[in-house]
Amino acid sequence: MSCRDCTRTDLLRRAVAEAGRGLPEIEPGMPLPAGTGMTRRDFVSRTAGLALAVYGGSALSRFALDDGIAAAAAGQPANQKVLVSVFLAGGIDSLSVLFPAGDPLYYSLRPNIAVGQTQGTPFAEDSRLRWHPTAGGLSTLHSEGKVSVVPAIGYSNSDQSHFTSRHYWEVGATDRGLRTGWLGRYLDRVGTIDNPLQGLSFDTTLQPALATVKMPVATLLAADQYTFAPPGLTAHPLEASMFQEAANIGAAHAVSSDAGLATAGKAALASHHLAAGLGAFAYGFKTPVPYPSSTDPFPHRMAGLAAMIAAGLPLRVATITSPGHFDTHATQATAFNSGLQLTSDTLLAFQRDLESRGVADRVLVHVWSEFGRRGGENASAGTDHGSAGIGFLIGTRLKGQQLGSFPGVTGGLDGSGNLRSTADYRGVYASILEQWLDADANSILPGGAGFQRYSLLK
Amino acid sequence: MAATAPIYTGPFGKLQAERLYWRAGFGPRQGDAEKLSKLGLAGAVKWFTRPTDTGLLGPDPHDEKGRALAPADAVGHDHLWWLDRMVRTKAPLAERMTLVWHDWFATSNQGVGQQQLMLNQNQLFRQNALGSFATMLLAVTTDPAMLIWLNGNQNIKTRPNENYGRELMELFTLGAERGAYTETDVREQARALTGWTGSVTKGVPSAFVLDPTRHDSTNKTIFGQTGNFGWQEACQLCLGHAMHPSFFVSKLWSYFIPTPIDATTLKALQRLYSDRQIVPVLEAILQHPDFYNGPRMVKPPIVFNAGLLRMRARWIDTSVWWSLCQAAGQQLFYPPDVSGWDDTRWLDTATFRSRWFIAALVQGASSPKTSPADPAKLVERSIQYWGFPTVSAQTQTLLAAFAKAQLARNQAPATVETAMRRLVATSPDLQTA
Repeated sequence: MSCRDCTRTDLLRRAVAEAGRGLPEIEPGMPLPAGTGMTRRDFVSRTAGLALAVYGGSALSRFALDDGIAAAAAGQPANQKVLVSVFLAGGIDSLSVLFPAGDPLYYSLRPNIAVGQTQGTPFAEDSRLRWHPTAGGLSTLHSEGKVSVVPAIGYSNSDQSHFTSRHYWEVGATDRGLRTGWLGRYLDRVGTIDNPLQGLSFDTTLQPALATVKMPVATLLAADQYTFAPPGLTAHPLEASMFQEAANIGAAHAVSSDAGLATAGKAALASHHLAAGLGAFAYGFKTPVPYPSSTDPFPHRMAGLAAMIAAGLPLRVATITSPGHFDTHATQATAFNSGLQLTSDTLLAFQRDLESRGVADRVLVHVWSEFGRRGGENASAGTDHGSAGIGFLIGTRLKGQQLGSFPGVTGGLDGSGNLRSTADYRGVYASILEQWLDADANSILPGGAGFQRYSLLK
Repeated sequence: MAATAPIYTGPFGKLQAERLYWRAGFGPRQGDAEKLSKLGLAGAVKWFTRPTDTGLLGPDPHDEKGRALAPADAVGHDHLWWLDRMVRTKAPLAERMTLVWHDWFATSNQGVGQQQLMLNQNQLFRQNALGSFATMLLAVTTDPAMLIWLNGNQNIKTRPNENYGRELMELFTLGAERGAYTETDVREQARALTGWTGSVTKGVPSAFVLDPTRHDSTNKTIFGQTGNFGWQEACQLCLGHAMHPSFFVSKLWSYFIPTPIDATTLKALQRLYSDRQIVPVLEAILQHPDFYNGPRMVKPPIVFNAGLLRMRARWIDTSVWWSLCQAAGQQLFYPPDVSGWDDTRWLDTATFRSRWFIAALVQGASSPKTSPADPAKLVERSIQYWGFPTVSAQTQTLLAAFAKAQLARNQAPATVETAMRRLVATSPDLQTA
């Protein structure tokens, strides 16, 4: 390749991308620029148009490659439900998020870090509780009837190790050895073999809740960040064809009887499926409502997710980690306030985005954390690991009523000073699987029949 | 007759030598596999397990501006410093076993917060890499980075911290849910381990010493034995536990062979481990039929990266690798948690992308001056570029078809050839060994 060509192509691509009009087709098979008024049908047909060139390999013709995503998109019902799982890492302090302003014991247990009695906004369902001042977004959505709060969620004999408890939540069972995620097992039952978009992890590596046995799932940083131009290098003129060929080679090995080759082949194939399925998203997307501006990737990831759902991409579940470090052992307020503010504001923007795009009825957001924190503060103006914590469901189809009830600080703490749970996380999972995803919860969650169900939807 | 581990009796050629090089080291440089295969299986395995020269090849590492690395201070330079050793080592297994011990006793600087302490621990792993596991365990137990990481320095007789005592048994010596120990043993172990102090304040480590006033010197009962045990006994009791050898050999096996160990081999390897030496067990694993006959393993990201650099005879001349390798799922000195990296989940769509970038950046912007407009020759040249690794016929056929199609589109042969170099490096053939 000549350097001049390279530079020219690069400049051309960049200039057009900056104009927000997508990129010109510089190679056959490259996605067309994204129109801003792109319809679902347009999108699907463009995605289908990306079917790989199969170079004379008859053995390959049976790999429909990117047809899988197009078929999944075309075949999904117009009201295909999507579950978005948002993880608050570190064990968020539920007694600050929805704080018991009416409980004197709360103030004597937390002389330095309790939230002031008149701060925040009242929680209409329970006069003892108030929303933290930084949780205004959640409070607003709750007042609109779009939030079901689980004020004391957990499980019996709660494990206070981050790793262990998080693992239990991810696999949907208190089983250290379970290797598949609860959402992964759902996808293994209902997913398709050639659509990695069905389970999306917006992260650097796969969120374990999505770990499947047979169905492909995908990991990406954000809708517009799954591009393959190597950082710091001028784009190779054949970058797109090269990537397609890597998928061709991957496809040939994906069916290998050798487990290692098959794994590597499937990864190459799923990567191409994902990039092709995202198509024009590589060049950016438009968002109808403002999101918080932040150096944290969370708002941008959520905005991209809303755009993907609205574009009719065949998503079923998506996982994402919220901003902030909620493992607040010391000077809790600093990290807690900024993390919850950004999370709550972004969740509100995401909901407004979905509503503005007319797809809000298709989406349920599930917010969780691995445990709550100790009732009493520690000597460092922080709180240590506890038991029951807080969770939320957000969506327009919800009844918007709390699941379980707040047990009170007075009378609600166990012998170690940790909040007792009034709702089991597996009961909430089972209710989501059955009522939102129309799945058989008992075959997905070990011992599933034993957990109480909650009526979630209107 | 006592059980002995079966030994591979098939051909030992370039293919087998390549697998040994990738799993016991960081892949062959050009010509290495052919040379190694001439030693035969036993000779080749001994070349790895009994290195005579543990020095380094090539020039010292530097960043893109030619500056020396600062592994104790600069972010990511700890990773680059070790990657450099993997690229330059003359004793690949010693370095690879250092990586195994880093995963086995997984300590993260996330919790330690002092790169020099992590480097000191790394040196401990390297010194004992092919020695005695008993010596290693005792050294690790009082290693400052480990004392911080698993709260051994906060384990006081009045407030025992069970963190290290639990992982000592669960992850390091006995294994969970095998009936090897009880929750009472965890608490008693914690008491035996009390007394260590030391910390890092504002980046400066203090002395890490045993403070007798913080040690619980009353009797403990561990695995049914009672005595005034201290940290050394805590370790010795684990090493002497009837279920330790089976845990040790099975776990070691899993780093080198992806299929489960069979009962006969398990028994034989335990016998080889009778004096807690690592090398006899390793030699049996590296000569086992399952090693050569079984399925391929996905290379860990750091092995993939080091291996591509070795194949290109390139040294550390940029700092780009640490963040790329982090994105590929493996930043050295930062394992995800105390159970280490998950060797069954290296590849997903995000980590595949990062490996694509690693391959691209090892290649750089270089391009052949002239290339033949001949698909077969382009296939051969693009494999030669990486030092002639074995590439399956299936992959080669597809590479040739790609070349043919691109040449038919009037793409310049040199452009096609550079694309094919990437395709070789990222193929399932080179992602696995």
